[in-house]
Amino acid sequence: MNVPPANVRPANVRPANVRPANVIETSSLTKRFGKVTAVNGVDLAVPAGVRFGLLGPNGSGKTTLVRMLLGLVHPTSGSVELLGRAMPRHAADVLPRVGALVENPAAWPHMSGRANLRLLDAAGRGGRGRDRKARVEDVLSRVGLAGVDRRPVKAYSLGMRQRLGIAAALLRGPELLLLDEPTNGLDPRGIGEMRELLLALSATGVTVVLSSHLLTEVEALCTRVGVMDEGRLVLTEDLDVLRAPTGHVRLRTPDAGSAVGLLDGQVVHRDGDALLVRAGDPGALNAQLVAAGIRVTELAAERRSLEQVVLELTGPGADRIGVRK
Amino acid sequence: MIGVELRLMLRRRRVWLCWGLLCAIPALVAVLLAVTNLAPAPGQGGAFLSAVTSDGQLFPAAALALVLPVFLPITVALVSGDAIAGEASTGTLRYLLVRPVGRLRLLAAKLVSVAAFVLLAVVFVTITSYVVGVLLFGFGADAGGAGGITSLSGVVLTPLQLAGRTAATVGYLALCMLAIGAIGLFFSTLTDSPLAAALGVLAFVVVSAILLPLDAASAIRFYLPTTHWLAWIDLFREPILWRAVREGVLVQVGYVLVAFGAAWANFATKDVTS
Repeated sequence: MNVPPANVRPANVRPANVRPANVIETSSLTKRFGKVTAVNGVDLAVPAGVRFGLLGPNGSGKTTLVRMLLGLVHPTSGSVELLGRAMPRHAADVLPRVGALVENPAAWPHMSGRANLRLLDAAGRGGRGRDRKARVEDVLSRVGLAGVDRRPVKAYSLGMRQRLGIAAALLRGPELLLLDEPTNGLDPRGIGEMRELLLALSATGVTVVLSSHLLTEVEALCTRVGVMDEGRLVLTEDLDVLRAPTGHVRLRTPDAGSAVGLLDGQVVHRDGDALLVRAGDPGALNAQLVAAGIRVTELAAERRSLEQVVLELTGPGADRIGVRK
Repeated sequence: MIGVELRLMLRRRRVWLCWGLLCAIPALVAVLLAVTNLAPAPGQGGAFLSAVTSDGQLFPAAALALVLPVFLPITVALVSGDAIAGEASTGTLRYLLVRPVGRLRLLAAKLVSVAAFVLLAVVFVTITSYVVGVLLFGFGADAGGAGGITSLSGVVLTPLQLAGRTAATVGYLALCMLAIGAIGLFFSTLTDSPLAAALGVLAFVVVSAILLPLDAASAIRFYLPTTHWLAWIDLFREPILWRAVREGVLVQVGYVLVAFGAAWANFATKDVTS
Protein backbone atom coordinates (compact mmCIF):
# COMPACT_ATOMS: atom_id res chain seq x y z
CA MET A 1 0.00 0.00 0.00
CA ASN A 2 1.16 3.46 -0.82
CA VAL A 3 1.25 5.53 2.34
CA PRO A 4 2.06 9.23 1.87
CA PRO A 5 4.78 10.70 4.07
CA ALA A 6 3.51 11.95 7.37
CA ASN A 7 4.27 15.60 6.71
CA VAL A 8 2.07 15.69 3.60
CA ARG A 9 -1.04 14.76 5.52
CA PRO A 10 -3.24 17.62 6.78
CA ALA A 11 -2.81 17.80 10.53
CA ASN A 12 -6.48 17.51 11.41
CA VAL A 13 -7.25 14.44 9.30
CA ARG A 14 -6.43 11.08 10.75
CA PRO A 15 -6.62 8.13 8.38
CA ALA A 16 -8.20 5.07 9.91
CA ASN A 17 -5.14 2.88 9.43
CA VAL A 18 -2.77 5.18 11.32
CA ARG A 19 -2.81 4.99 15.08
CA PRO A 20 -3.28 8.24 16.92
CA ALA A 21 -0.38 9.25 19.13
CA ASN A 22 -2.55 9.01 22.23
CA VAL A 23 -4.91 6.09 22.70
CA ILE A 24 -6.60 7.92 25.55
CA GLU A 25 -7.04 11.64 25.67
CA THR A 26 -9.36 13.48 28.03
CA SER A 27 -9.71 17.21 28.47
CA SER A 28 -11.12 18.91 31.57
CA LEU A 29 -13.09 15.75 32.25
CA THR A 30 -15.44 16.29 35.17
CA LYS A 31 -18.14 14.15 36.73
CA ARG A 32 -20.41 15.19 39.56
CA PHE A 33 -22.82 12.83 41.28
CA GLY A 34 -25.12 15.27 43.04
CA LYS A 35 -22.89 17.27 45.36
CA VAL A 36 -19.96 14.89 45.10
CA THR A 37 -17.35 15.65 42.47
CA ALA A 38 -15.95 12.24 41.61
CA VAL A 39 -13.66 13.37 38.81
CA ASN A 40 -12.48 16.95 38.62
CA GLY A 41 -10.95 18.52 35.51
CA VAL A 42 -8.81 15.56 34.45
CA ASP A 43 -6.54 15.98 31.44
CA LEU A 44 -5.17 12.52 30.84
CA ALA A 45 -3.08 11.49 27.87
CA VAL A 46 -1.93 7.92 27.43
CA PRO A 47 0.44 7.41 24.49
CA ALA A 48 0.08 4.32 22.32
CA GLY A 49 2.09 1.32 23.34
CA VAL A 50 2.84 2.25 26.96
CA ARG A 51 1.98 0.33 30.08
CA PHE A 52 0.17 2.91 32.14
CA GLY A 53 -0.57 2.55 35.82
CA LEU A 54 -3.41 4.54 37.31
CA LEU A 55 -2.90 4.96 41.03
CA GLY A 56 -4.66 6.65 43.89
CA PRO A 57 -6.43 5.91 47.15
CA ASN A 58 -9.92 4.42 47.29
CA GLY A 59 -12.51 6.95 46.22
CA SER A 60 -10.02 9.08 44.32
CA GLY A 61 -12.06 8.74 41.12
CA LYS A 62 -10.15 6.02 39.26
CA THR A 63 -13.15 3.83 38.60
CA THR A 64 -15.41 6.73 37.58
CA LEU A 65 -12.68 7.86 35.20
CA VAL A 66 -12.42 4.38 33.68
CA ARG A 67 -16.23 4.20 33.37
CA MET A 68 -16.26 7.54 31.56
CA LEU A 69 -13.55 6.36 29.18
CA LEU A 70 -15.77 3.40 28.31
CA GLY A 71 -18.98 5.42 27.97
CA LEU A 72 -20.69 3.77 30.93
CA VAL A 73 -20.84 7.05 32.83
CA HIS A 74 -21.56 10.29 31.03
CA PRO A 75 -19.28 13.23 31.86
CA THR A 76 -20.78 16.34 33.45
CA SER A 77 -18.36 18.34 31.33
CA GLY A 78 -15.20 17.81 29.35
CA SER A 79 -14.48 15.28 26.63
CA VAL A 80 -13.03 11.83 26.11
CA GLU A 81 -11.22 10.48 23.06
CA LEU A 82 -10.51 6.81 22.89
CA LEU A 83 -8.31 5.53 20.04
CA GLY A 84 -8.73 8.95 18.45
CA ARG A 85 -12.55 8.93 18.42
CA ALA A 86 -14.91 10.86 20.67
CA MET A 87 -16.67 8.83 23.34
CA PRO A 88 -19.40 7.91 23.95
CA ARG A 89 -20.56 9.03 20.48
CA HIS A 90 -18.38 6.56 18.59
CA ALA A 91 -18.63 3.77 21.15
CA ALA A 92 -19.87 1.29 18.54
CA ASP A 93 -16.68 1.74 16.48
CA VAL A 94 -14.18 2.14 19.28
CA LEU A 95 -15.21 -0.36 21.93
CA PRO A 96 -14.75 -3.51 19.79
CA ARG A 97 -11.04 -2.59 19.81
CA VAL A 98 -10.92 -2.17 23.59
CA GLY A 99 -10.81 -4.86 26.24
CA ALA A 100 -11.90 -3.91 29.71
CA LEU A 101 -12.11 -5.17 33.24
CA VAL A 102 -14.19 -2.72 35.28
CA GLU A 103 -13.99 -3.03 39.08
CA ASN A 104 -14.73 -6.73 39.37
CA PRO A 105 -15.09 -9.44 36.81
CA ALA A 106 -18.71 -10.42 36.29
CA ALA A 107 -20.35 -13.35 34.55
CA TRP A 108 -23.73 -14.99 34.31
CA PRO A 109 -23.50 -17.23 37.36
CA HIS A 110 -25.65 -20.10 36.11
CA MET A 111 -23.44 -20.88 33.10
CA SER A 112 -19.92 -22.18 32.64
CA GLY A 113 -17.05 -19.81 31.90
CA ARG A 114 -16.83 -21.09 28.36
CA ALA A 115 -20.55 -20.52 27.74
CA ASN A 116 -20.22 -17.06 29.25
CA LEU A 117 -17.44 -16.07 26.87
CA ARG A 118 -19.29 -17.45 23.84
CA LEU A 119 -22.49 -15.59 24.70
CA LEU A 120 -20.64 -12.37 25.53
CA ASP A 121 -18.84 -12.54 22.21
CA ALA A 122 -22.07 -13.22 20.34
CA ALA A 123 -23.80 -10.34 22.12
CA GLY A 124 -21.78 -7.45 20.74
CA ARG A 125 -20.76 -6.33 17.33
CA GLY A 126 -17.42 -7.22 15.81
CA GLY A 127 -17.06 -10.82 16.98
CA ARG A 128 -17.17 -13.12 14.00
CA GLY A 129 -19.12 -16.27 14.73
CA ARG A 130 -16.98 -18.51 12.55
CA ASP A 131 -13.85 -18.43 14.70
CA ARG A 132 -15.62 -17.78 17.99
CA LYS A 133 -14.96 -21.23 19.41
CA ALA A 134 -11.26 -21.01 18.59
CA ARG A 135 -10.94 -17.51 20.03
CA VAL A 136 -12.66 -18.55 23.26
CA GLU A 137 -10.33 -21.54 23.66
CA ASP A 138 -7.35 -19.32 22.88
CA VAL A 139 -8.09 -16.73 25.55
CA LEU A 140 -8.98 -19.40 28.10
CA SER A 141 -5.59 -21.02 27.63
CA ARG A 142 -3.84 -17.64 27.77
CA VAL A 143 -5.27 -16.87 31.21
CA GLY A 144 -4.65 -20.40 32.47
CA LEU A 145 -8.19 -21.78 32.28
CA ALA A 146 -7.71 -24.08 29.28
CA GLY A 147 -8.93 -27.19 31.03
CA VAL A 148 -11.89 -25.57 32.78
CA ASP A 149 -14.90 -27.87 32.93
CA ARG A 150 -18.67 -27.32 32.72
CA ARG A 151 -19.06 -26.08 36.28
CA PRO A 152 -21.15 -22.90 36.46
CA VAL A 153 -19.31 -19.67 37.26
CA LYS A 154 -21.02 -19.44 40.64
CA ALA A 155 -18.83 -22.35 41.73
CA TYR A 156 -15.62 -20.57 40.64
CA SER A 157 -13.06 -19.26 43.09
CA LEU A 158 -12.21 -15.55 43.18
CA GLY A 159 -9.01 -16.21 41.25
CA MET A 160 -10.82 -18.17 38.54
CA ARG A 161 -13.37 -15.38 38.13
CA GLN A 162 -10.55 -12.89 37.82
CA ARG A 163 -8.91 -14.99 35.11
CA LEU A 164 -12.23 -15.34 33.32
CA GLY A 165 -12.70 -11.56 33.45
CA ILE A 166 -9.30 -11.02 31.88
CA ALA A 167 -10.09 -13.66 29.25
CA ALA A 168 -13.28 -11.74 28.38
CA ALA A 169 -11.23 -8.56 27.99
CA LEU A 170 -8.83 -10.30 25.61
CA LEU A 171 -11.55 -11.97 23.53
CA ARG A 172 -11.49 -9.53 20.64
CA GLY A 173 -7.74 -9.08 20.43
CA PRO A 174 -7.93 -5.48 21.68
CA GLU A 175 -5.50 -2.65 20.89
CA LEU A 176 -6.16 -1.15 24.29
CA LEU A 177 -6.63 -3.00 27.55
CA LEU A 178 -8.25 -1.15 30.44
CA LEU A 179 -7.87 -3.25 33.54
CA ASP A 180 -9.13 -2.22 36.95
CA GLU A 181 -7.39 -4.23 39.70
CA PRO A 182 -6.47 -7.14 37.40
CA THR A 183 -4.61 -9.04 40.11
CA ASN A 184 -7.45 -8.98 42.64
CA GLY A 185 -7.93 -12.38 44.22
CA LEU A 186 -4.92 -13.95 42.53
CA ASP A 187 -2.22 -15.70 44.51
CA PRO A 188 1.46 -14.69 44.06
CA ARG A 189 1.95 -17.25 41.31
CA GLY A 190 -1.21 -16.02 39.56
CA ILE A 191 -0.01 -12.43 39.86
CA GLY A 192 3.28 -13.44 38.26
CA GLU A 193 1.45 -15.20 35.39
CA MET A 194 -0.72 -12.16 34.83
CA ARG A 195 2.33 -9.90 34.74
CA GLU A 196 3.94 -12.12 32.11
CA LEU A 197 0.73 -12.18 30.08
CA LEU A 198 0.43 -8.39 30.14
CA LEU A 199 4.11 -7.93 29.28
CA ALA A 200 3.74 -10.31 26.33
CA LEU A 201 0.67 -8.42 25.11
CA SER A 202 2.47 -5.13 25.56
CA ALA A 203 5.35 -6.47 23.46
CA THR A 204 2.92 -7.01 20.57
CA GLY A 205 1.92 -3.33 20.70
CA VAL A 206 -1.12 -3.46 22.94
CA THR A 207 -1.50 -0.44 25.19
CA VAL A 208 -2.14 -1.58 28.75
CA VAL A 209 -3.79 0.70 31.28
CA LEU A 210 -4.24 -0.73 34.71
CA SER A 211 -5.23 0.54 38.07
CA SER A 212 -4.05 -1.20 41.17
CA HIS A 213 -3.49 -0.77 44.86
CA LEU A 214 -0.49 -3.06 44.65
CA LEU A 215 2.17 -0.45 44.03
CA THR A 216 4.92 -3.02 43.74
CA GLU A 217 2.90 -4.66 40.98
CA VAL A 218 2.57 -1.39 39.11
CA GLU A 219 6.26 -0.74 39.67
CA ALA A 220 7.13 -4.10 38.16
CA LEU A 221 4.85 -3.72 35.17
CA CYS A 222 4.28 -0.13 34.15
CA THR A 223 6.36 2.35 32.23
CA ARG A 224 4.28 5.39 33.10
CA VAL A 225 2.00 6.24 35.98
CA GLY A 226 -0.78 8.67 36.73
CA VAL A 227 -1.73 9.46 40.31
CA MET A 228 -5.24 10.55 41.26
CA ASP A 229 -6.32 12.18 44.48
CA GLU A 230 -9.77 13.50 45.33
CA GLY A 231 -10.88 13.41 41.71
CA ARG A 232 -7.86 15.23 40.34
CA LEU A 233 -5.01 13.84 38.33
CA VAL A 234 -2.14 15.14 40.45
CA LEU A 235 0.72 13.58 38.50
CA THR A 236 1.53 11.82 35.25
CA GLU A 237 5.12 10.83 34.81
CA ASP A 238 7.37 8.13 33.45
CA LEU A 239 8.27 5.66 36.13
CA ASP A 240 11.98 6.04 35.33
CA VAL A 241 11.82 9.73 36.16
CA LEU A 242 10.00 9.15 39.42
CA ARG A 243 12.46 6.52 40.38
CA ALA A 244 15.56 8.47 39.37
CA PRO A 245 18.33 8.47 42.02
CA THR A 246 17.69 11.03 44.75
CA GLY A 247 21.36 12.02 45.06
CA HIS A 248 21.70 10.04 48.27
CA VAL A 249 23.53 6.77 48.76
CA ARG A 250 22.65 4.10 51.28
CA LEU A 251 25.73 2.68 52.85
CA ARG A 252 26.30 -0.11 55.34
CA THR A 253 29.68 -0.59 56.90
CA PRO A 254 31.05 -2.14 60.10
CA ASP A 255 33.43 0.88 60.30
CA ALA A 256 30.61 3.40 60.56
CA GLY A 257 32.53 5.66 62.93
CA SER A 258 35.51 6.16 60.60
CA ALA A 259 33.18 6.53 57.61
CA VAL A 260 31.40 9.42 59.35
CA GLY A 261 34.79 10.97 60.06
CA LEU A 262 35.87 10.61 56.43
CA LEU A 263 32.64 11.88 54.90
CA ASP A 264 32.22 14.74 57.33
CA GLY A 265 29.23 16.87 56.37
CA GLN A 266 28.00 14.48 53.68
CA VAL A 267 26.29 12.09 56.11
CA VAL A 268 22.59 12.89 56.26
CA HIS A 269 21.50 10.22 58.65
CA ARG A 270 23.10 7.47 60.74
CA ASP A 271 21.39 4.47 62.25
CA GLY A 272 23.93 2.06 63.76
CA ASP A 273 26.07 0.81 60.89
CA ALA A 274 23.68 2.13 58.23
CA LEU A 275 24.42 5.55 56.80
CA LEU A 276 22.63 7.82 54.33
CA VAL A 277 25.21 9.83 52.48
CA ARG A 278 24.77 12.74 50.09
CA ALA A 279 26.79 11.77 47.04
CA GLY A 280 26.23 12.22 43.32
CA ASP A 281 28.28 9.22 42.20
CA PRO A 282 28.02 5.99 44.22
CA GLY A 283 31.05 4.55 42.37
CA ALA A 284 33.31 7.43 43.38
CA LEU A 285 32.06 7.22 46.95
CA ASN A 286 32.86 3.52 47.05
CA ALA A 287 36.38 4.09 45.70
CA GLN A 288 36.91 6.83 48.28
CA LEU A 289 35.81 4.57 51.14
CA VAL A 290 37.86 1.59 50.00
CA ALA A 291 40.93 3.77 49.51
CA ALA A 292 40.53 4.89 53.12
CA GLY A 293 40.45 1.26 54.23
CA ILE A 294 36.80 1.31 55.21
CA ARG A 295 35.00 -2.00 54.66
CA VAL A 296 31.75 -1.66 52.71
CA THR A 297 29.12 -4.37 53.08
CA GLU A 298 26.30 -2.64 51.19
CA LEU A 299 26.21 0.38 48.96
CA ALA A 300 23.40 1.53 46.68
CA ALA A 301 22.04 4.73 45.19
CA GLU A 302 18.83 5.66 46.96
CA ARG A 303 15.70 5.65 44.77
CA ARG A 304 12.29 6.68 45.89
CA SER A 305 9.81 3.87 45.81
CA LEU A 306 6.54 4.37 44.03
CA GLU A 307 4.88 3.99 47.40
CA GLN A 308 6.69 7.03 48.76
CA VAL A 309 5.78 9.08 45.72
CA VAL A 310 2.11 8.13 45.91
CA LEU A 311 1.83 8.60 49.65
CA GLU A 312 3.40 12.05 49.40
CA LEU A 313 0.98 13.11 46.68
CA THR A 314 -2.28 11.76 47.97
CA GLY A 315 -4.63 12.20 50.88
CA PRO A 316 -5.90 9.49 53.17
CA GLY A 317 -8.54 8.11 50.77
CA ALA A 318 -12.30 8.19 50.97
CA ASP A 319 -12.70 5.01 53.00
CA ARG A 320 -10.92 6.43 56.05
CA ILE A 321 -13.34 8.57 57.98
CA GLY A 322 -11.53 10.60 60.57
CA VAL A 323 -13.01 12.64 63.41
CA ARG A 324 -14.63 15.83 62.14
CA LYS A 325 -13.11 18.97 63.55
CA MET B 1 -28.22 -9.88 20.75
CA ILE B 2 -31.79 -11.16 20.57
CA GLY B 3 -30.53 -14.70 20.08
CA VAL B 4 -28.14 -14.31 23.02
CA GLU B 5 -30.94 -12.94 25.16
CA LEU B 6 -33.25 -15.86 24.34
CA ARG B 7 -30.51 -18.39 25.05
CA LEU B 8 -29.81 -16.66 28.37
CA MET B 9 -33.47 -16.84 29.31
CA LEU B 10 -33.91 -20.48 28.32
CA ARG B 11 -30.93 -21.48 30.46
CA ARG B 12 -32.41 -19.94 33.59
CA ARG B 13 -33.93 -22.41 35.98
CA ARG B 14 -36.18 -19.69 37.38
CA VAL B 15 -37.90 -19.28 34.01
CA TRP B 16 -38.66 -23.00 33.71
CA LEU B 17 -39.87 -23.02 37.30
CA CYS B 18 -42.31 -20.19 36.50
CA TRP B 19 -43.63 -22.07 33.47
CA GLY B 20 -43.90 -25.28 35.46
CA LEU B 21 -45.88 -23.63 38.25
CA LEU B 22 -48.17 -21.87 35.80
CA CYS B 23 -49.01 -25.23 34.24
CA ALA B 24 -49.28 -27.05 37.57
CA ILE B 25 -51.85 -24.74 39.17
CA PRO B 26 -54.65 -25.39 36.62
CA ALA B 27 -53.74 -29.08 36.61
CA LEU B 28 -54.24 -29.17 40.36
CA VAL B 29 -57.64 -27.53 39.99
CA ALA B 30 -58.55 -30.01 37.28
CA VAL B 31 -57.58 -32.97 39.41
CA LEU B 32 -59.63 -31.65 42.34
CA LEU B 33 -62.63 -31.11 40.09
CA ALA B 34 -62.32 -34.54 38.56
CA VAL B 35 -61.93 -36.31 41.87
CA THR B 36 -64.77 -34.56 43.67
CA ASN B 37 -66.90 -33.86 40.62
CA LEU B 38 -67.95 -30.67 42.38
CA ALA B 39 -67.84 -28.02 39.67
CA PRO B 40 -68.74 -24.51 40.76
CA ALA B 41 -72.23 -23.48 39.91
CA PRO B 42 -72.55 -21.48 36.68
CA GLY B 43 -71.67 -17.86 37.39
CA GLN B 44 -69.46 -18.77 40.31
CA GLY B 45 -65.76 -19.57 40.43
CA GLY B 46 -63.44 -18.77 37.56
CA ALA B 47 -64.72 -18.23 34.06
CA PHE B 48 -65.64 -21.47 32.25
CA LEU B 49 -64.95 -23.56 35.35
CA SER B 50 -68.59 -24.59 35.67
CA ALA B 51 -68.58 -26.00 32.15
CA VAL B 52 -65.32 -27.92 32.13
CA THR B 53 -66.57 -31.03 33.84
CA SER B 54 -68.90 -31.60 30.93
CA ASP B 55 -66.26 -30.92 28.26
CA GLY B 56 -62.50 -31.01 28.78
CA GLN B 57 -61.89 -28.99 25.64
CA LEU B 58 -63.03 -25.91 27.51
CA PHE B 59 -60.41 -26.37 30.18
CA PRO B 60 -57.67 -24.29 28.46
CA ALA B 61 -59.95 -21.26 28.65
CA ALA B 62 -60.72 -22.02 32.28
CA ALA B 63 -57.03 -22.54 33.05
CA LEU B 64 -56.09 -19.19 31.49
CA ALA B 65 -58.81 -17.51 33.54
CA LEU B 66 -57.34 -19.16 36.66
CA VAL B 67 -53.74 -18.00 36.21
CA LEU B 68 -54.55 -14.61 34.69
CA PRO B 69 -55.34 -12.46 37.72
CA VAL B 70 -52.41 -13.35 40.00
CA PHE B 71 -49.93 -15.99 38.94
CA LEU B 72 -49.28 -14.86 35.41
CA PRO B 73 -48.60 -11.23 36.46
CA ILE B 74 -46.29 -12.46 39.24
CA THR B 75 -44.13 -14.45 36.84
CA VAL B 76 -44.11 -11.65 34.27
CA ALA B 77 -43.10 -9.19 37.01
CA LEU B 78 -40.27 -11.49 38.11
CA VAL B 79 -38.88 -12.01 34.64
CA SER B 80 -39.30 -8.45 33.34
CA GLY B 81 -38.10 -6.85 36.57
CA ASP B 82 -34.96 -8.92 36.21
CA ALA B 83 -34.32 -7.70 32.65
CA ILE B 84 -31.91 -4.80 33.21
CA ALA B 85 -31.71 -4.74 37.01
CA GLY B 86 -30.65 -8.39 37.05
CA GLU B 87 -27.76 -7.69 34.68
CA ALA B 88 -26.86 -4.68 36.81
CA SER B 89 -26.83 -6.66 40.04
CA THR B 90 -24.66 -9.47 38.61
CA GLY B 91 -22.38 -6.85 37.04
CA THR B 92 -22.82 -8.21 33.52
CA LEU B 93 -24.59 -5.03 32.38
CA ARG B 94 -21.34 -3.06 32.19
CA TYR B 95 -19.62 -5.85 30.30
CA LEU B 96 -22.49 -6.08 27.80
CA LEU B 97 -22.38 -2.32 27.24
CA VAL B 98 -18.61 -2.22 26.66
CA ARG B 99 -18.75 -5.28 24.38
CA PRO B 100 -20.37 -3.08 22.91
CA VAL B 101 -24.07 -3.73 22.79
CA GLY B 102 -25.99 -0.54 22.00
CA ARG B 103 -28.34 0.48 24.77
CA LEU B 104 -31.39 0.56 22.49
CA ARG B 105 -30.49 -2.86 21.11
CA LEU B 106 -30.15 -4.24 24.62
CA LEU B 107 -33.55 -2.88 25.63
CA ALA B 108 -35.19 -4.18 22.47
CA ALA B 109 -33.64 -7.62 22.99
CA LYS B 110 -34.88 -7.64 26.57
CA LEU B 111 -38.41 -6.73 25.44
CA VAL B 112 -38.33 -9.51 22.85
CA SER B 113 -37.22 -12.03 25.45
CA VAL B 114 -39.99 -10.88 27.83
CA ALA B 115 -42.45 -11.26 24.94
CA ALA B 116 -41.14 -14.76 24.26
CA PHE B 117 -41.53 -15.60 27.93
CA VAL B 118 -45.17 -14.48 28.16
CA LEU B 119 -46.11 -16.06 24.85
CA LEU B 120 -44.55 -19.37 25.81
CA ALA B 121 -46.15 -19.16 29.26
CA VAL B 122 -49.63 -18.74 27.80
CA VAL B 123 -49.00 -21.39 25.15
CA PHE B 124 -47.68 -23.90 27.68
CA VAL B 125 -50.67 -23.33 29.97
CA THR B 126 -53.04 -23.77 27.03
CA ILE B 127 -51.42 -26.97 25.79
CA THR B 128 -51.01 -28.68 29.17
CA SER B 129 -54.49 -27.74 30.28
CA TYR B 130 -55.96 -29.03 27.01
CA VAL B 131 -54.25 -32.36 27.56
CA VAL B 132 -55.21 -32.46 31.24
CA GLY B 133 -58.79 -31.37 30.51
CA VAL B 134 -59.35 -33.94 27.80
CA LEU B 135 -57.74 -36.70 29.87
CA LEU B 136 -59.81 -35.97 32.97
CA PHE B 137 -63.11 -34.79 31.51
CA GLY B 138 -63.15 -36.26 28.01
CA PHE B 139 -64.64 -34.57 24.99
CA GLY B 140 -68.06 -34.20 26.58
CA ALA B 141 -71.48 -34.83 25.16
CA ASP B 142 -71.51 -34.26 21.45
CA ALA B 143 -73.37 -30.98 21.40
CA GLY B 144 -73.74 -30.43 17.69
CA GLY B 145 -72.10 -33.45 16.13
CA ALA B 146 -68.44 -33.67 15.05
CA GLY B 147 -67.22 -32.91 18.56
CA GLY B 148 -68.58 -29.37 18.67
CA ILE B 149 -69.08 -27.57 21.97
CA THR B 150 -71.50 -24.95 23.08
CA SER B 151 -70.35 -21.34 23.09
CA LEU B 152 -71.23 -18.87 25.85
CA SER B 153 -74.04 -17.66 23.64
CA GLY B 154 -75.49 -21.11 23.35
CA VAL B 155 -74.49 -21.65 19.73
CA VAL B 156 -72.40 -24.69 18.90
CA LEU B 157 -68.76 -24.11 17.94
CA THR B 158 -66.84 -26.58 15.76
CA PRO B 159 -63.46 -27.80 17.07
CA LEU B 160 -61.79 -25.69 14.36
CA GLN B 161 -63.59 -22.56 15.54
CA LEU B 162 -62.69 -23.40 19.10
CA ALA B 163 -59.02 -23.82 18.20
CA GLY B 164 -59.01 -20.49 16.36
CA ARG B 165 -60.60 -18.71 19.29
CA THR B 166 -58.21 -20.29 21.76
CA ALA B 167 -55.31 -19.12 19.60
CA ALA B 168 -56.76 -15.61 19.53
CA THR B 169 -57.06 -15.76 23.33
CA VAL B 170 -53.43 -16.83 23.63
CA GLY B 171 -52.36 -13.88 21.51
CA TYR B 172 -54.56 -11.44 23.39
CA LEU B 173 -53.40 -12.54 26.84
CA ALA B 174 -49.79 -12.56 25.73
CA LEU B 175 -50.25 -8.95 24.65
CA CYS B 176 -51.84 -8.04 27.99
CA MET B 177 -48.91 -9.62 29.81
CA LEU B 178 -46.42 -7.96 27.47
CA ALA B 179 -47.83 -4.60 28.56
CA ILE B 180 -47.05 -5.58 32.15
CA GLY B 181 -43.65 -6.84 30.99
CA ALA B 182 -42.88 -3.53 29.30
CA ILE B 183 -43.70 -1.71 32.52
CA GLY B 184 -41.39 -4.17 34.30
CA LEU B 185 -38.65 -3.36 31.78
CA PHE B 186 -39.07 0.34 32.52
CA PHE B 187 -38.94 -0.22 36.29
CA SER B 188 -35.94 -2.44 35.72
CA THR B 189 -34.01 0.50 34.26
CA LEU B 190 -34.78 2.61 37.33
CA THR B 191 -33.13 0.40 39.92
CA ASP B 192 -30.26 -2.05 40.27
CA SER B 193 -32.42 -4.38 42.34
CA PRO B 194 -34.48 -6.93 40.37
CA LEU B 195 -36.68 -7.52 43.40
CA ALA B 196 -37.58 -3.83 43.70
CA ALA B 197 -38.49 -3.71 40.02
CA ALA B 198 -40.65 -6.85 40.26
CA LEU B 199 -42.46 -5.59 43.34
CA GLY B 200 -43.01 -2.26 41.59
CA VAL B 201 -44.76 -4.07 38.75
CA LEU B 202 -46.93 -6.01 41.16
CA ALA B 203 -47.81 -2.81 43.00
CA PHE B 204 -48.86 -1.32 39.67
CA VAL B 205 -51.09 -4.32 38.92
CA VAL B 206 -52.62 -4.25 42.40
CA VAL B 207 -53.33 -0.51 42.22
CA SER B 208 -55.00 -1.04 38.87
CA ALA B 209 -57.09 -3.87 40.32
CA ILE B 210 -58.07 -1.75 43.33
CA LEU B 211 -59.16 1.19 41.18
CA LEU B 212 -61.09 -1.00 38.76
CA PRO B 213 -64.33 -1.47 40.76
CA LEU B 214 -64.37 2.09 42.14
CA ASP B 215 -67.05 4.30 40.63
CA ALA B 216 -64.89 7.28 41.55
CA ALA B 217 -62.24 5.96 39.20
CA SER B 218 -64.62 5.47 36.29
CA ALA B 219 -63.02 8.34 34.37
CA ILE B 220 -59.68 6.53 34.15
CA ARG B 221 -61.06 2.99 34.11
CA PHE B 222 -60.60 2.65 30.38
CA TYR B 223 -56.88 3.30 30.71
CA LEU B 224 -56.24 0.76 33.46
CA PRO B 225 -54.57 -2.35 32.06
CA THR B 226 -56.53 -4.81 34.19
CA THR B 227 -59.84 -3.42 32.88
CA HIS B 228 -59.28 -5.26 29.62
CA TRP B 229 -57.86 -8.50 30.93
CA LEU B 230 -61.17 -10.35 30.74
CA ALA B 231 -62.19 -9.03 27.33
CA TRP B 232 -61.02 -12.29 25.72
CA ILE B 233 -64.08 -14.05 27.15
CA ASP B 234 -66.03 -12.34 24.36
CA LEU B 235 -64.02 -14.40 21.91
CA PHE B 236 -66.05 -17.41 23.05
CA ARG B 237 -69.35 -15.86 22.10
CA GLU B 238 -71.09 -16.44 18.81
CA PRO B 239 -70.79 -14.17 16.99
CA ILE B 240 -67.60 -12.76 18.56
CA LEU B 241 -68.01 -9.41 20.27
CA TRP B 242 -64.94 -7.62 19.00
CA ARG B 243 -65.40 -4.23 20.62
CA ALA B 244 -63.92 -5.00 24.06
CA VAL B 245 -61.06 -6.99 22.53
CA ARG B 246 -60.29 -4.18 20.12
CA GLU B 247 -60.21 -1.62 22.90
CA GLY B 248 -58.08 -3.93 25.00
CA VAL B 249 -55.54 -4.39 22.23
CA LEU B 250 -55.38 -0.64 21.75
CA VAL B 251 -54.76 0.08 25.43
CA GLN B 252 -52.20 -2.70 25.86
CA VAL B 253 -50.26 -1.67 22.75
CA GLY B 254 -50.31 1.86 24.15
CA TYR B 255 -48.83 0.60 27.41
CA VAL B 256 -46.10 -1.30 25.59
CA LEU B 257 -45.14 1.75 23.53
CA VAL B 258 -45.24 4.23 26.41
CA ALA B 259 -43.41 1.95 28.85
CA PHE B 260 -40.73 1.04 26.29
CA GLY B 261 -40.32 4.71 25.41
CA ALA B 262 -39.93 5.58 29.08
CA ALA B 263 -37.41 2.78 29.54
CA TRP B 264 -35.42 4.04 26.56
CA ALA B 265 -35.58 7.66 27.72
CA ASN B 266 -34.24 6.67 31.11
CA PHE B 267 -31.67 4.12 30.02
CA ALA B 268 -30.18 5.97 27.05
CA THR B 269 -28.33 8.50 29.18
CA LYS B 270 -28.19 6.62 32.46
CA ASP B 271 -24.87 6.42 34.28
CA VAL B 272 -24.11 2.74 34.69
CA THR B 273 -22.40 2.57 38.06
CA SER B 274 -23.38 -1.00 38.91
